Amino acid sequence: MNSLKTPRLLFAAAGLYVVILVMNLTGLLNDYFLHIINQSLIYVTLTVSLNLINGLTGQFSLGHMGFAAVGAYVSGTITTLLFNVKPTLVNYPIFVLALVIGGLAAALVGVLIGFPSLRLKGDYLAIVTLGFGEIIRTILNNISVVGGPRGLLGIPKFSNFHVVFVVAFVTLVVVRNLAQSSHGRAFLAIRENELAAELVGLNTTRYKVMAFAIGAFFAGVAGGLLGHLLQMAHPTQFGFLGSVLVLIMLYAGGVGSLTGSVIAAFALTFLTETLRMVLDSLSDMTNLPLGDWRMVLYALLLILIMLFRTEGLMGTREAKIVVLKEDQL
Amino acid sequence: MSALLSIRNMTHYFGGLKAVSEFSYDIPPGVIYGLIGPNGSGKTTTFNLITGIYRPTQGQVFLEDRDITAQKPYLIVRAGIGRTFQNLRIFGGMSVLDNIRAAKQYRAKSWMLSSVLRLPGFMNEEKRIRDESMALLDVLHLADRAGDLARNLPYGALRRLEIARALATEPKLLLLDEPAAGMNPKEVQDLMKLVQRVRDEFKVTVFLIEHHMKVIMGICEYVKVLDFGTTIAEGKPDDVGRDAKVLEAYLGKKGAAC
Repeated sequence: MNSLKTPRLLFAAAGLYVVILVMNLTGLLNDYFLHIINQSLIYVTLTVSLNLINGLTGQFSLGHMGFAAVGAYVSGTITTLLFNVKPTLVNYPIFVLALVIGGLAAALVGVLIGFPSLRLKGDYLAIVTLGFGEIIRTILNNISVVGGPRGLLGIPKFSNFHVVFVVAFVTLVVVRNLAQSSHGRAFLAIRENELAAELVGLNTTRYKVMAFAIGAFFAGVAGGLLGHLLQMAHPTQFGFLGSVLVLIMLYAGGVGSLTGSVIAAFALTFLTETLRMVLDSLSDMTNLPLGDWRMVLYALLLILIMLFRTEGLMGTREAKIVVLKEDQL
Repeated sequence: MSALLSIRNMTHYFGGLKAVSEFSYDIPPGVIYGLIGPNGSGKTTTFNLITGIYRPTQGQVFLEDRDITAQKPYLIVRAGIGRTFQNLRIFGGMSVLDNIRAAKQYRAKSWMLSSVLRLPGFMNEEKRIRDESMALLDVLHLADRAGDLARNLPYGALRRLEIARALATEPKLLLLDEPAAGMNPKEVQDLMKLVQRVRDEFKVTVFLIEHHMKVIMGICEYVKVLDFGTTIAEGKPDDVGRDAKVLEAYLGKKGAAC
Protein backbone atom coordinates (compact mmCIF):
# COMPACT_ATOMS: atom_id res chain seq x y z
CA MET A 1 0.00 0.00 0.00
CA ASN A 2 3.04 2.19 0.00
CA SER A 3 2.25 3.75 -3.35
CA LEU A 4 -0.97 5.18 -1.95
CA LYS A 5 0.87 6.97 0.82
CA THR A 6 3.16 8.84 -1.56
CA PRO A 7 2.56 12.57 -1.19
CA ARG A 8 1.85 13.04 -4.89
CA LEU A 9 0.98 16.70 -4.59
CA LEU A 10 4.32 17.43 -2.92
CA PHE A 11 6.20 15.63 -5.71
CA ALA A 12 4.25 17.42 -8.41
CA ALA A 13 4.86 20.78 -6.77
CA ALA A 14 8.56 20.07 -6.24
CA GLY A 15 8.84 19.05 -9.89
CA LEU A 16 7.17 22.23 -11.10
CA TYR A 17 9.36 24.30 -8.79
CA VAL A 18 12.58 22.76 -10.15
CA VAL A 19 11.44 23.08 -13.78
CA ILE A 20 10.61 26.78 -13.43
CA LEU A 21 13.85 27.43 -11.57
CA VAL A 22 16.00 25.63 -14.15
CA MET A 23 14.20 27.36 -17.02
CA ASN A 24 14.88 30.69 -15.39
CA LEU A 25 18.55 29.93 -14.74
CA THR A 26 19.15 28.74 -18.30
CA GLY A 27 17.44 31.83 -19.67
CA LEU A 28 14.48 29.99 -21.23
CA LEU A 29 12.22 31.91 -18.92
CA ASN A 30 13.14 35.55 -18.53
CA ASP A 31 12.66 37.58 -15.36
CA TYR A 32 9.57 39.26 -16.74
CA PHE A 33 7.86 35.88 -17.05
CA LEU A 34 9.07 34.88 -13.62
CA HIS A 35 7.48 38.05 -12.27
CA ILE A 36 4.15 37.07 -13.82
CA ILE A 37 4.51 33.59 -12.38
CA ASN A 38 5.08 35.15 -8.96
CA GLN A 39 1.95 37.23 -9.35
CA SER A 40 0.02 34.15 -10.46
CA LEU A 41 1.17 32.28 -7.37
CA ILE A 42 -0.02 35.10 -5.12
CA TYR A 43 -3.37 34.94 -6.88
CA VAL A 44 -3.39 31.17 -6.30
CA THR A 45 -3.10 31.88 -2.57
CA LEU A 46 -5.88 34.45 -2.74
CA THR A 47 -8.22 32.29 -4.81
CA VAL A 48 -7.68 29.11 -2.80
CA SER A 49 -8.30 30.98 0.46
CA LEU A 50 -11.44 32.56 -0.97
CA ASN A 51 -12.51 29.09 -2.02
CA LEU A 52 -12.59 28.05 1.62
CA ILE A 53 -15.13 30.81 2.34
CA ASN A 54 -17.18 30.92 -0.86
CA GLY A 55 -16.67 27.45 -2.26
CA LEU A 56 -16.44 25.00 0.63
CA THR A 57 -18.53 26.82 3.22
CA GLY A 58 -20.92 28.37 0.70
CA GLN A 59 -20.77 31.91 2.07
CA PHE A 60 -20.45 34.88 -0.25
CA SER A 61 -17.57 37.23 0.46
CA LEU A 62 -16.99 40.19 -1.84
CA GLY A 63 -14.28 41.79 0.28
CA HIS A 64 -11.40 39.38 0.02
CA MET A 65 -8.95 42.08 -1.03
CA GLY A 66 -9.82 43.96 2.16
CA PHE A 67 -8.13 41.16 4.11
CA ALA A 68 -5.19 41.26 1.71
CA ALA A 69 -4.91 45.02 2.30
CA VAL A 70 -4.71 44.51 6.06
CA GLY A 71 -1.95 41.95 5.56
CA ALA A 72 -0.04 44.10 3.08
CA TYR A 73 -0.14 47.25 5.19
CA VAL A 74 0.60 45.53 8.50
CA SER A 75 3.53 43.52 7.19
CA GLY A 76 4.75 46.46 5.09
CA THR A 77 4.65 48.73 8.12
CA ILE A 78 6.71 46.24 10.11
CA THR A 79 9.45 45.73 7.51
CA THR A 80 9.52 49.30 6.15
CA LEU A 81 8.59 51.71 8.89
CA LEU A 82 9.39 49.73 12.02
CA PHE A 83 12.61 47.97 11.12
CA ASN A 84 13.51 49.53 7.77
CA VAL A 85 15.35 46.35 6.80
CA LYS A 86 17.16 45.57 3.55
CA PRO A 87 16.03 42.43 1.73
CA THR A 88 19.08 40.35 2.60
CA LEU A 89 19.07 36.73 3.67
CA VAL A 90 19.69 37.47 7.36
CA ASN A 91 16.61 39.69 7.45
CA TYR A 92 14.25 37.02 6.12
CA PRO A 93 13.09 35.92 9.61
CA ILE A 94 11.81 39.46 10.15
CA PHE A 95 9.96 39.29 6.83
CA VAL A 96 8.41 35.91 7.64
CA LEU A 97 7.35 37.18 11.04
CA ALA A 98 5.88 40.30 9.42
CA LEU A 99 3.92 38.13 6.97
CA VAL A 100 2.51 35.99 9.79
CA ILE A 101 1.57 39.03 11.86
CA GLY A 102 -0.07 40.57 8.78
CA GLY A 103 -2.01 37.32 8.29
CA LEU A 104 -3.08 37.21 11.93
CA ALA A 105 -4.21 40.83 11.79
CA ALA A 106 -6.31 40.00 8.73
CA ALA A 107 -7.73 36.93 10.51
CA LEU A 108 -8.66 39.08 13.50
CA VAL A 109 -10.47 41.49 11.20
CA GLY A 110 -12.13 38.45 9.60
CA VAL A 111 -13.46 37.33 12.98
CA LEU A 112 -14.56 40.85 13.91
CA ILE A 113 -16.62 41.32 10.77
CA GLY A 114 -17.60 37.66 10.87
CA PHE A 115 -19.60 37.66 14.09
CA PRO A 116 -22.12 40.36 13.31
CA SER A 117 -22.40 39.69 9.60
CA LEU A 118 -22.71 35.90 9.73
CA ARG A 119 -26.29 36.24 10.84
CA LEU A 120 -26.81 37.31 7.26
CA LYS A 121 -27.06 35.04 4.27
CA GLY A 122 -26.42 35.19 0.53
CA ASP A 123 -26.80 38.61 -1.06
CA TYR A 124 -26.98 40.41 2.27
CA LEU A 125 -23.70 38.92 3.40
CA ALA A 126 -22.15 39.87 0.05
CA ILE A 127 -23.18 43.50 0.52
CA VAL A 128 -21.75 43.62 4.05
CA THR A 129 -18.40 42.17 2.92
CA LEU A 130 -18.36 44.56 -0.04
CA GLY A 131 -18.87 47.45 2.35
CA PHE A 132 -16.15 46.12 4.61
CA GLY A 133 -13.64 46.08 1.74
CA GLU A 134 -14.49 49.67 0.89
CA ILE A 135 -14.18 50.74 4.53
CA ILE A 136 -10.67 49.27 4.71
CA ARG A 137 -9.68 51.05 1.50
CA THR A 138 -11.07 54.38 2.70
CA ILE A 139 -9.37 54.08 6.08
CA LEU A 140 -6.02 53.37 4.40
CA ASN A 141 -6.57 56.33 2.12
CA ASN A 142 -6.70 58.56 5.18
CA ILE A 143 -3.85 57.30 7.35
CA SER A 144 -0.91 59.50 6.50
CA VAL A 145 1.63 57.34 8.37
CA VAL A 146 1.23 54.64 5.73
CA GLY A 147 1.21 57.15 2.88
CA GLY A 148 -2.48 57.94 2.55
CA PRO A 149 -3.63 58.03 -1.08
CA ARG A 150 0.01 57.90 -2.22
CA GLY A 151 0.33 54.39 -0.78
CA LEU A 152 3.04 52.80 1.31
CA LEU A 153 6.19 53.10 -0.78
CA GLY A 154 9.69 51.73 -0.52
CA ILE A 155 8.74 48.31 0.81
CA PRO A 156 11.84 46.05 0.60
CA LYS A 157 11.61 43.41 -2.13
CA PHE A 158 11.56 40.32 0.04
CA SER A 159 9.07 38.39 -2.11
CA ASN A 160 10.66 36.15 -4.66
CA PHE A 161 9.76 32.99 -6.50
CA HIS A 162 10.82 30.70 -3.63
CA VAL A 163 8.78 32.41 -0.92
CA VAL A 164 5.72 32.92 -3.12
CA PHE A 165 5.80 29.32 -4.30
CA VAL A 166 6.07 27.88 -0.80
CA VAL A 167 3.21 30.03 0.49
CA ALA A 168 0.92 29.06 -2.41
CA PHE A 169 1.75 25.39 -1.86
CA VAL A 170 1.20 25.55 1.90
CA THR A 171 -2.13 27.33 1.42
CA LEU A 172 -3.26 24.68 -1.04
CA VAL A 173 -2.25 21.82 1.27
CA VAL A 174 -3.81 23.40 4.35
CA VAL A 175 -7.14 24.07 2.64
CA ARG A 176 -7.06 20.63 0.99
CA ASN A 177 -6.32 18.86 4.29
CA LEU A 178 -9.03 20.83 6.03
CA ALA A 179 -11.53 20.12 3.28
CA GLN A 180 -10.87 16.39 3.50
CA SER A 181 -11.31 16.07 7.24
CA SER A 182 -14.18 15.96 9.67
CA HIS A 183 -13.93 19.75 9.96
CA GLY A 184 -14.09 20.11 6.21
CA ARG A 185 -17.24 18.01 6.12
CA ALA A 186 -18.76 20.49 8.58
CA PHE A 187 -17.91 23.35 6.17
CA LEU A 188 -19.45 21.42 3.28
CA ALA A 189 -22.55 20.51 5.28
CA ILE A 190 -23.17 24.22 5.92
CA ARG A 191 -22.89 24.88 2.19
CA GLU A 192 -25.26 22.03 1.33
CA ASN A 193 -27.97 22.75 3.89
CA GLU A 194 -27.36 25.05 6.80
CA LEU A 195 -30.43 24.06 8.81
CA ALA A 196 -29.67 20.36 8.47
CA ALA A 197 -26.05 21.05 9.45
CA GLU A 198 -27.26 22.72 12.62
CA LEU A 199 -29.54 19.75 13.27
CA VAL A 200 -26.75 17.20 13.14
CA GLY A 201 -25.18 19.05 16.06
CA LEU A 202 -22.80 21.40 14.24
CA ASN A 203 -22.21 24.86 15.66
CA THR A 204 -22.65 26.51 12.28
CA THR A 205 -21.81 30.04 13.47
CA ARG A 206 -18.48 28.87 14.86
CA TYR A 207 -17.61 27.08 11.62
CA LYS A 208 -18.54 30.06 9.47
CA VAL A 209 -16.40 32.38 11.59
CA MET A 210 -13.55 29.85 11.38
CA ALA A 211 -13.84 29.76 7.59
CA PHE A 212 -13.66 33.55 7.47
CA ALA A 213 -10.72 33.65 9.87
CA ILE A 214 -8.65 31.04 8.04
CA GLY A 215 -9.49 32.47 4.61
CA ALA A 216 -8.65 35.97 5.83
CA PHE A 217 -5.35 34.78 7.30
CA PHE A 218 -4.09 33.44 3.98
CA ALA A 219 -5.45 36.48 2.14
CA GLY A 220 -3.48 38.65 4.57
CA VAL A 221 -0.31 36.67 3.91
CA ALA A 222 -0.92 36.96 0.16
CA GLY A 223 -1.37 40.70 0.55
CA GLY A 224 1.94 40.90 2.39
CA LEU A 225 3.62 38.97 -0.40
CA LEU A 226 2.15 41.27 -3.02
CA GLY A 227 3.37 44.35 -1.14
CA HIS A 228 6.87 42.94 -0.87
CA LEU A 229 6.85 41.92 -4.53
CA LEU A 230 5.66 45.21 -6.05
CA GLN A 231 7.55 47.14 -3.34
CA MET A 232 4.49 49.18 -2.54
CA ALA A 233 0.98 48.92 -1.18
CA HIS A 234 -1.64 51.20 -2.63
CA PRO A 235 -5.27 51.60 -1.45
CA THR A 236 -6.80 51.24 -4.92
CA GLN A 237 -4.88 48.04 -5.53
CA PHE A 238 -7.01 46.43 -2.82
CA GLY A 239 -10.33 47.94 -3.80
CA PHE A 240 -13.50 46.39 -5.07
CA LEU A 241 -12.09 45.55 -8.50
CA GLY A 242 -9.31 43.54 -6.91
CA SER A 243 -11.82 41.50 -4.90
CA VAL A 244 -13.88 40.96 -8.04
CA LEU A 245 -10.82 39.74 -9.92
CA VAL A 246 -10.21 37.05 -7.28
CA LEU A 247 -13.90 36.19 -7.33
CA ILE A 248 -13.77 35.82 -11.11
CA MET A 249 -10.80 33.49 -10.81
CA LEU A 250 -12.75 31.42 -8.30
CA TYR A 251 -15.83 31.18 -10.48
CA ALA A 252 -13.92 30.61 -13.71
CA GLY A 253 -12.07 27.74 -12.07
CA GLY A 254 -15.16 26.29 -10.48
CA VAL A 255 -16.46 27.10 -7.02
CA GLY A 256 -15.45 24.35 -4.62
CA SER A 257 -12.62 22.99 -6.80
CA LEU A 258 -9.12 23.75 -5.53
CA THR A 259 -7.65 22.48 -8.78
CA GLY A 260 -9.85 24.94 -10.64
CA SER A 261 -8.69 27.81 -8.42
CA VAL A 262 -5.04 27.06 -9.17
CA ILE A 263 -5.57 26.74 -12.92
CA ALA A 264 -7.76 29.85 -13.17
CA ALA A 265 -5.38 31.99 -11.10
CA PHE A 266 -2.55 31.14 -13.49
CA ALA A 267 -4.60 31.33 -16.68
CA LEU A 268 -6.26 34.65 -15.93
CA THR A 269 -3.08 36.34 -14.68
CA PHE A 270 -1.29 35.28 -17.85
CA LEU A 271 -4.28 36.24 -19.98
CA THR A 272 -4.29 39.76 -18.53
CA GLU A 273 -0.59 40.14 -19.28
CA THR A 274 -0.85 38.65 -22.76
CA LEU A 275 -3.75 40.91 -23.68
CA ARG A 276 -1.75 43.86 -22.41
CA MET A 277 1.24 42.96 -24.58
CA VAL A 278 -0.75 42.14 -27.71
CA LEU A 279 -2.97 45.21 -27.53
CA ASP A 280 -0.08 47.54 -26.73
CA SER A 281 1.88 46.41 -29.75
CA LEU A 282 -1.26 46.63 -31.90
CA SER A 283 -1.81 50.16 -30.62
CA ASP A 284 1.73 51.08 -31.57
CA MET A 285 1.28 49.69 -35.09
CA THR A 286 -2.13 51.21 -35.79
CA ASN A 287 -1.86 54.34 -33.66
CA LEU A 288 -5.25 53.54 -32.12
CA PRO A 289 -5.85 53.45 -28.35
CA LEU A 290 -6.55 49.73 -28.32
CA GLY A 291 -5.02 49.25 -24.86
CA ASP A 292 -8.30 50.31 -23.28
CA TRP A 293 -10.04 47.33 -24.84
CA ARG A 294 -8.12 44.89 -22.70
CA MET A 295 -10.70 44.77 -19.92
CA VAL A 296 -13.51 44.51 -22.48
CA LEU A 297 -11.97 41.44 -24.04
CA TYR A 298 -11.27 40.05 -20.61
CA ALA A 299 -14.88 40.53 -19.56
CA LEU A 300 -16.10 39.05 -22.82
CA LEU A 301 -14.07 35.91 -22.23
CA LEU A 302 -15.58 35.54 -18.79
CA ILE A 303 -19.08 35.90 -20.17
CA LEU A 304 -18.25 33.13 -22.63
CA ILE A 305 -16.99 30.88 -19.83
CA MET A 306 -20.14 31.49 -17.84
CA LEU A 307 -22.33 30.83 -20.88
CA PHE A 308 -20.68 27.62 -21.96
CA ARG A 309 -19.34 26.28 -18.68
CA THR A 310 -21.72 27.50 -16.01
CA GLU A 311 -19.92 25.55 -13.32
CA GLY A 312 -16.54 26.95 -14.27
CA LEU A 313 -13.61 25.05 -15.68
CA MET A 314 -13.60 22.21 -13.16
CA GLY A 315 -17.05 22.39 -11.57
CA THR A 316 -16.52 20.82 -8.16
CA ARG A 317 -14.14 18.17 -9.49
CA GLU A 318 -10.53 17.89 -8.41
CA ALA A 319 -7.42 16.65 -10.19
CA LYS A 320 -6.38 13.24 -8.90
CA ILE A 321 -3.19 14.50 -7.31
CA VAL A 322 -5.11 16.95 -5.12
CA VAL A 323 -7.43 14.31 -3.65
CA LEU A 324 -6.31 12.24 -0.69
CA LYS A 325 -7.15 8.55 -0.81
CA GLU A 326 -9.47 7.26 1.89
CA ASP A 327 -6.62 5.55 3.73
CA GLN A 328 -4.53 8.71 3.57
CA LEU A 329 -7.25 10.52 5.41
CA MET B 1 -42.03 5.91 35.08
CA SER B 2 -40.19 9.11 34.32
CA ALA B 3 -40.63 10.42 30.80
CA LEU B 4 -37.84 10.82 28.27
CA LEU B 5 -39.50 13.85 26.70
CA SER B 6 -42.04 16.02 28.48
CA ILE B 7 -43.86 18.90 26.92
CA ARG B 8 -45.70 21.26 29.23
CA ASN B 9 -48.48 23.61 28.11
CA MET B 10 -46.84 24.46 24.84
CA THR B 11 -48.57 27.12 22.78
CA HIS B 12 -47.28 28.70 19.61
CA TYR B 13 -48.65 31.51 17.50
CA PHE B 14 -47.74 32.46 13.96
CA GLY B 15 -48.87 36.07 14.04
CA GLY B 16 -52.50 35.76 15.10
CA LEU B 17 -52.81 32.10 14.15
CA LYS B 18 -52.64 29.62 16.99
CA ALA B 19 -50.64 26.76 15.46
CA VAL B 20 -50.21 24.72 18.61
CA SER B 21 -52.43 25.12 21.61
CA GLU B 22 -51.89 24.10 25.24
CA PHE B 23 -49.96 21.02 24.32
CA SER B 24 -48.81 18.67 27.09
CA TYR B 25 -47.54 15.15 26.92
CA ASP B 26 -44.94 12.69 28.14
CA ILE B 27 -43.11 10.21 25.99
CA PRO B 28 -41.81 7.28 28.02
CA PRO B 29 -38.42 5.85 27.02
CA GLY B 30 -38.33 3.01 24.51
CA VAL B 31 -41.70 3.43 22.85
CA ILE B 32 -42.72 4.27 19.32
CA TYR B 33 -44.98 7.27 19.75
CA GLY B 34 -47.14 8.50 16.92
CA LEU B 35 -48.56 11.95 16.28
CA ILE B 36 -51.28 12.09 13.67
CA GLY B 37 -53.60 14.73 12.35
CA PRO B 38 -54.87 16.34 9.15
CA ASN B 39 -52.84 18.88 7.19
CA GLY B 40 -52.18 22.08 9.08
CA SER B 41 -52.95 20.57 12.46
CA GLY B 42 -49.57 21.61 13.90
CA LYS B 43 -47.55 18.40 13.66
CA THR B 44 -44.38 19.70 12.05
CA THR B 45 -44.63 22.87 14.14
CA THR B 46 -44.43 20.65 17.22
CA PHE B 47 -41.19 19.15 15.91
CA ASN B 48 -39.77 22.58 15.13
CA LEU B 49 -40.59 23.70 18.66
CA ILE B 50 -38.92 20.65 20.21
CA THR B 51 -35.76 21.02 18.11
CA GLY B 52 -35.39 24.73 18.77
CA ILE B 53 -36.08 25.98 15.26
CA TYR B 54 -39.04 27.95 16.67
CA ARG B 55 -39.22 29.47 20.11
CA PRO B 56 -42.58 28.55 21.71
CA THR B 57 -44.86 31.45 22.64
CA GLN B 58 -45.27 29.70 25.97
CA GLY B 59 -44.59 26.35 27.60
CA GLN B 60 -41.55 24.16 28.19
CA VAL B 61 -39.76 21.15 26.75
CA PHE B 62 -37.87 18.77 29.02
CA LEU B 63 -35.53 16.01 27.94
CA GLU B 64 -34.88 13.68 30.86
CA ASP B 65 -36.01 16.42 33.25
CA ARG B 66 -33.61 18.93 31.72
CA ASP B 67 -35.19 22.11 30.40
CA ILE B 68 -34.22 22.45 26.74
CA THR B 69 -36.87 25.00 25.75
CA ALA B 70 -35.74 27.27 22.90
CA GLN B 71 -32.10 26.30 23.17
CA LYS B 72 -29.95 26.56 20.05
CA PRO B 73 -30.79 23.67 17.68
CA TYR B 74 -27.28 22.20 17.72
CA LEU B 75 -27.30 22.08 21.54
CA ILE B 76 -30.63 20.25 21.51
CA VAL B 77 -29.14 17.72 19.10
CA ARG B 78 -26.17 17.30 21.43
CA ALA B 79 -28.57 16.80 24.34
CA GLY B 80 -29.90 13.76 22.46
CA ILE B 81 -32.61 14.57 19.93
CA GLY B 82 -32.11 13.64 16.29
CA ARG B 83 -34.62 14.37 13.56
CA THR B 84 -35.50 13.92 9.91
CA PHE B 85 -37.39 16.34 7.70
CA GLN B 86 -40.66 16.09 5.85
CA ASN B 87 -39.04 17.65 2.80
CA LEU B 88 -35.67 15.96 2.68
CA ARG B 89 -32.68 18.04 3.70
CA ILE B 90 -29.86 15.86 2.49
CA PHE B 91 -26.32 17.15 1.93
CA GLY B 92 -26.77 16.44 -1.78
CA GLY B 93 -23.32 17.45 -3.01
CA MET B 94 -21.57 15.19 -0.51
CA SER B 95 -21.10 11.45 -0.65
CA VAL B 96 -23.46 9.17 1.27
CA LEU B 97 -20.62 8.32 3.64
CA ASP B 98 -19.80 11.99 4.18
CA ASN B 99 -23.43 12.73 5.07
CA ILE B 100 -23.03 10.33 7.99
CA ARG B 101 -19.54 11.49 8.88
CA ALA B 102 -20.69 15.12 9.02
CA ALA B 103 -23.26 14.08 11.62
CA LYS B 104 -20.54 12.46 13.72
CA GLN B 105 -18.29 15.51 13.60
CA TYR B 106 -19.69 17.26 16.66
CA ARG B 107 -18.44 14.41 18.86
CA ALA B 108 -14.95 14.48 17.30
CA LYS B 109 -12.21 15.90 19.48
CA SER B 110 -9.41 16.64 17.02
CA TRP B 111 -8.51 20.27 16.55
CA MET B 112 -8.38 21.88 13.14
CA LEU B 113 -4.61 22.16 13.33
CA SER B 114 -4.38 18.45 14.01
CA SER B 115 -6.39 17.72 10.86
CA VAL B 116 -4.22 20.05 8.79
CA LEU B 117 -1.03 18.34 10.02
CA ARG B 118 -2.63 14.88 9.89
CA LEU B 119 -1.39 14.02 13.38
CA PRO B 120 -1.82 10.40 14.55
CA GLY B 121 -4.61 11.30 16.99
CA PHE B 122 -6.59 12.84 14.15
CA MET B 123 -5.92 9.89 11.82
CA ASN B 124 -7.14 7.41 14.43
CA GLU B 125 -10.25 9.41 15.05
CA GLU B 126 -10.94 9.66 11.30
CA LYS B 127 -10.61 5.89 11.00
CA ARG B 128 -12.97 5.35 13.94
CA ILE B 129 -15.53 7.76 12.44
CA ARG B 130 -15.27 6.03 9.08
CA ASP B 131 -15.71 2.56 10.56
CA GLU B 132 -18.67 3.60 12.69
CA SER B 133 -20.28 5.38 9.74
CA MET B 134 -19.84 2.37 7.47
CA ALA B 135 -21.36 0.11 10.14
CA LEU B 136 -24.35 2.43 10.37
CA LEU B 137 -24.77 2.49 6.58
CA ASP B 138 -24.63 -1.30 6.64
CA VAL B 139 -27.55 -1.52 9.06
CA LEU B 140 -29.62 0.74 6.82
CA HIS B 141 -28.64 -1.10 3.63
CA LEU B 142 -26.79 1.86 2.19
CA ALA B 143 -23.22 0.55 2.45
CA ASP B 144 -22.96 -0.27 -1.26
CA ARG B 145 -23.81 3.34 -2.12
CA ALA B 146 -21.34 4.86 0.38
CA GLY B 147 -19.18 6.53 -2.29
CA ASP B 148 -22.04 7.91 -4.40
CA LEU B 149 -23.14 11.51 -4.29
CA ALA B 150 -26.18 11.62 -2.04
CA ARG B 151 -28.26 13.52 -4.61
CA ASN B 152 -27.99 10.58 -7.00
CA LEU B 153 -29.80 8.19 -4.65
CA PRO B 154 -33.39 7.09 -5.30
CA TYR B 155 -36.09 8.58 -3.12
CA GLY B 156 -36.56 5.65 -0.75
CA ALA B 157 -32.82 5.43 -0.12
CA LEU B 158 -32.72 9.16 0.65
CA ARG B 159 -35.35 8.66 3.32
CA ARG B 160 -33.21 5.93 4.85
CA LEU B 161 -30.11 8.12 4.57
CA GLU B 162 -31.85 10.84 6.56
CA ILE B 163 -32.73 8.34 9.28
CA ALA B 164 -29.12 7.09 9.24
CA ARG B 165 -27.81 10.64 9.51
CA ALA B 166 -30.09 11.37 12.46
CA LEU B 167 -28.94 8.14 14.13
CA ALA B 168 -25.32 9.14 13.58
CA THR B 169 -25.76 11.93 16.11
CA GLU B 170 -26.43 9.13 18.64
CA PRO B 171 -29.80 10.41 19.84
CA LYS B 172 -31.92 9.15 22.71
CA LEU B 173 -35.01 10.39 20.93
CA LEU B 174 -35.50 10.13 17.18
CA LEU B 175 -38.05 12.44 15.57
CA LEU B 176 -39.31 11.22 12.20
CA ASP B 177 -41.29 13.76 10.19
CA GLU B 178 -43.54 11.80 7.80
CA PRO B 179 -40.99 9.10 7.01
CA ALA B 180 -43.40 7.28 4.69
CA ALA B 181 -44.32 10.33 2.62
CA GLY B 182 -44.23 9.58 -1.09
CA MET B 183 -43.49 5.89 -0.65
CA ASN B 184 -45.22 2.99 -2.38
CA PRO B 185 -46.91 0.24 -0.29
CA LYS B 186 -43.89 -2.06 -0.49
CA GLU B 187 -41.55 0.70 0.68
CA VAL B 188 -43.96 1.57 3.48
CA GLN B 189 -43.84 -2.05 4.65
CA ASP B 190 -40.04 -2.00 4.67
CA LEU B 191 -39.99 1.32 6.47
CA MET B 192 -42.23 0.00 9.25
CA LYS B 193 -39.88 -2.93 9.82
CA LEU B 194 -36.92 -0.56 9.69
CA VAL B 195 -38.33 1.79 12.33
CA GLN B 196 -38.96 -1.12 14.69
CA ARG B 197 -35.51 -2.52 14.06
CA VAL B 198 -33.89 0.89 14.62
CA ARG B 199 -35.72 1.25 17.93
CA ASP B 200 -34.49 -2.15 19.09
CA GLU B 201 -30.94 -2.01 17.77
CA PHE B 202 -30.10 1.59 18.63
CA LYS B 203 -32.14 1.71 21.85
CA VAL B 204 -33.83 4.92 20.80
CA THR B 205 -37.28 6.22 21.50
CA VAL B 206 -39.11 7.05 18.28
CA PHE B 207 -41.54 9.94 17.96
CA LEU B 208 -43.07 10.00 14.53
CA ILE B 209 -45.49 12.13 12.58
CA GLU B 210 -47.43 10.34 9.90
CA HIS B 211 -50.26 10.67 7.47
CA HIS B 212 -50.39 6.96 6.67
CA MET B 213 -52.85 5.37 9.10
CA LYS B 214 -51.31 2.00 8.34
CA VAL B 215 -47.93 3.04 9.67
CA ILE B 216 -49.36 4.58 12.82
CA MET B 217 -51.66 1.65 13.53
CA GLY B 218 -49.01 -0.89 12.60
CA ILE B 219 -46.03 0.17 14.68
CA CYS B 220 -46.96 2.83 17.20
CA GLU B 221 -47.54 1.81 20.79
CA TYR B 222 -49.13 5.10 21.66
CA VAL B 223 -50.91 7.59 19.44
CA LYS B 224 -51.95 11.19 19.81
CA VAL B 225 -54.38 12.82 17.38
CA LEU B 226 -54.23 16.54 16.66
CA ASP B 227 -56.74 18.76 14.96
CA PHE B 228 -56.27 22.53 14.58
CA GLY B 229 -53.57 22.57 17.23
CA THR B 230 -55.54 20.74 19.92
CA THR B 231 -55.45 17.11 20.99
CA ILE B 232 -58.72 15.37 20.19
CA ALA B 233 -57.77 11.84 21.21
CA GLU B 234 -54.89 9.79 22.55
CA GLY B 235 -54.16 6.29 23.66
CA LYS B 236 -53.45 2.87 22.20
CA PRO B 237 -53.82 2.75 18.41
CA ASP B 238 -56.83 0.43 18.52
CA ASP B 239 -58.73 2.64 20.96
CA VAL B 240 -57.96 5.78 19.01
CA GLY B 241 -59.06 4.10 15.83
CA ARG B 242 -62.54 3.64 17.32
CA ASP B 243 -62.87 7.17 18.71
CA ALA B 244 -65.80 9.01 17.18
CA LYS B 245 -64.11 12.41 17.14
CA VAL B 246 -61.10 10.98 15.36
CA LEU B 247 -63.22 9.27 12.77
CA GLU B 248 -65.01 12.50 12.11
CA ALA B 249 -61.91 14.71 11.94
CA TYR B 250 -59.64 12.44 10.10
CA LEU B 251 -60.35 8.79 9.55
CA GLY B 252 -63.88 9.23 8.29
CA LYS B 253 -62.81 11.41 5.39
CA LYS B 254 -59.79 9.29 4.78
CA GLY B 255 -61.93 6.11 4.87
CA ALA B 256 -64.33 7.53 2.33
CA ALA B 257 -61.47 8.39 0.01
CA CYS B 258 -60.01 4.91 0.13
